Amino acid sequence: MDVDMIFRIAAVGILVAVLHQVLKNSGREEQAMMTTLTGLIIVLFMVVNLISKLFNTVKTMFQLY
Amino acid sequence: MEIFQIVGLALVATILSVLLKGQKPELAIQLSIVTGAIIFIFMISRVSAVLVLLQDVANRVSLDLVYLTSVLKIIGIAYISTFGAEICRDAGESAIASKVEFAGKILIMILAIPILMAVLEIIIKIMP
Repeated sequence: MDVDMIFRIAAVGILVAVLHQVLKNSGREEQAMMTTLTGLIIVLFMVVNLISKLFNTVKTMFQLY
Repeated sequence: MEIFQIVGLALVATILSVLLKGQKPELAIQLSIVTGAIIFIFMISRVSAVLVLLQDVANRVSLDLVYLTSVLKIIGIAYISTFGAEICRDAGESAIASKVEFAGKILIMILAIPILMAVLEIIIKIMP
């Protein structure tokens, strides 16, 4: 069970939220937006890998080809 | 007991998700997707034990393997479409969720057609 992915996503989320606040308060709206986007894409890569693993598992188990 | 591991994991993930939902709702959704996938992958070995038992019983009563395979496929489609629909509904997109469920229902109906035809043929054979 690779539980650490949950904590990794939560850490990325908290970090992105903090960076967003800091950048927004210092008046850099577009960089705050880019930070949010980058965090989202990093997490999306991890999630897509896990989803493809889940789909492959279900496919082989229930003989869905 | 594994149930304590799973419930503990689910509680921790729920707390983290609620924490993220205030600031970044898009990451909270991804967190819940990952939690669902991890729990399912964790339980997959137990499901495979049940499936082996079902195949054993089917062999013993010399059931046609086509029927068991269709039932398994239907269960797989139902699981995957429910998973996707629940995630969409969690994110507040109930329109997309009901379309996913609709597609799952159609695909299940297509898989069930051979069984339905077999039943119909038996009925026609019985009738004088």
